[in-house]
Amino acid sequence: MNQVPIGSSGKAVMSGPDVSRAISRIAHEIVERNQGAHNVVLVGLQRGGTWIADLLAERIAQIEPNLVVPNGSLDVSMHRDDIGLRPIVPGAISEISFDINGAVVVLVDDVLYTGRTVRAALEGLNNFGRPRAVQLAVIVDRGHRELPIRPDFVGKNIPTQVSDEVDVSVDGVVVTAVES
Amino acid sequence: MKHLRSIEELGKEDLLRLLDSTDHMAEINRRPIPKVPALRGKTVVSLFFEDSTRTRLSFETAAKRLSAEIMTFSVSTSSVNKGESLRDTVETITDMGVHAFVVRHKSAGVPWQIAQWTNASIINAGDGAHQHPTQALVDCYTVREAIGRSSFEGLNVTIVGDIKHSRVARSNIAAFTMLGAQVTLVAPPTLLPTHIAQWPVRVSHSLDDVIASTDVLYMLRLQSERMDQGLIPNLGEYGNRFGLTDQRAQRLQESAVVMHPGPMNRGVEMHVDPADLPNSLIHKQVANGVSVRMAVLFDVLARGGELNSLKEEGVA
Repeated sequence: MNQVPIGSSGKAVMSGPDVSRAISRIAHEIVERNQGAHNVVLVGLQRGGTWIADLLAERIAQIEPNLVVPNGSLDVSMHRDDIGLRPIVPGAISEISFDINGAVVVLVDDVLYTGRTVRAALEGLNNFGRPRAVQLAVIVDRGHRELPIRPDFVGKNIPTQVSDEVDVSVDGVVVTAVES
Repeated sequence: MKHLRSIEELGKEDLLRLLDSTDHMAEINRRPIPKVPALRGKTVVSLFFEDSTRTRLSFETAAKRLSAEIMTFSVSTSSVNKGESLRDTVETITDMGVHAFVVRHKSAGVPWQIAQWTNASIINAGDGAHQHPTQALVDCYTVREAIGRSSFEGLNVTIVGDIKHSRVARSNIAAFTMLGAQVTLVAPPTLLPTHIAQWPVRVSHSLDDVIASTDVLYMLRLQSERMDQGLIPNLGEYGNRFGLTDQRAQRLQESAVVMHPGPMNRGVEMHVDPADLPNSLIHKQVANGVSVRMAVLFDVLARGGELNSLKEEGVA
């Protein structure tokens, strides 16, 4: 499903430093939007969002040295509407060891696409409590939404074809055209 | 996975996958609200022709936590009492639209027989003295959690008691061996099956000989009717030779763990109070029962069923 066929080539649309700077900017925006982030908790979505949430937590700690932002992760596979289409990833287990009741939860993911993962995450969060607000941070918004969901913090808007594969890592963002 | 009927039929790869996805289910069970919508719209019927407390309740709890509908069939109040056959019972329930049967029956092979009469998935919750695969999954998961690794290579598992009549023993021997453990059976010759030589196990008739080298001590329940059948002289004698007494418990290695599938016969196979044992996993076994059965139901109903049918349609 995620294999790149022979003959197609990936195009680097963000470099590693670009991604790093985007994460720094988003960290500042989160602090700005929430007037200091004292009530903010980060929840990275398994698996693509967890490393980004880790970096965001580090950067926010640099901006607000007196603040520890709780950082957890959420596996949405049991909440998806296309359940069974994706196998459970071993080890990609939710870990929210703090109270989210009344907190501002910033969901963190690598790519925002149809919005279905975010919908599942919103539902999954209900199991853990009632946040005061939920915000969404992504590195790439690639469009093609199928649900009324929008991000609060975006690294970069990248127009894509539905058939494209988008890969986000610390080394940058690569869009690969997949001929069907 | 369409059915879960025996450990052999399951195989090592699927066994490991179920243990991995049990980790996910265990996390759900730790949430303040331990319920997910994963199996919304699926119907599971629990069809128990034999008594059960923990297996039936843990299956029903598991189904509810995954948002499946669960129907409970109790033989004592059903048309089985009017002479309805097993086949008619299964076909009637199938007509109501169920996706999975969880079956316990006193006869070996019933889960395979039933599968011929319905398109629904079959989960074996115990068939005669044959198989009890979800118990073996629970036990493997519990051991894995205790030792912190998936490979049981180098682990000495000692199973003590009525091997001959035990479906738990058969499933556990297969599962523990599949994961690399060395299984030793300890029982009087009358409580060992006749074809034991073909099994991948060592056999001993003395618990004292093997207890000091055991890593996992698995005590089986002795059914008291075995005495009437002349298989053991009396319960006291059996307890002296094959029960877990204080003296024997003290000879266990510090790292050794003690397991029992329940229900326990205190004073027969269990002389010590398991609460006094430092490394008893008996309560963990019950607690993990729900998570394991969630993983099984999910695999059969979401992953196995839909994934495969969508693949056939070319969607996935």
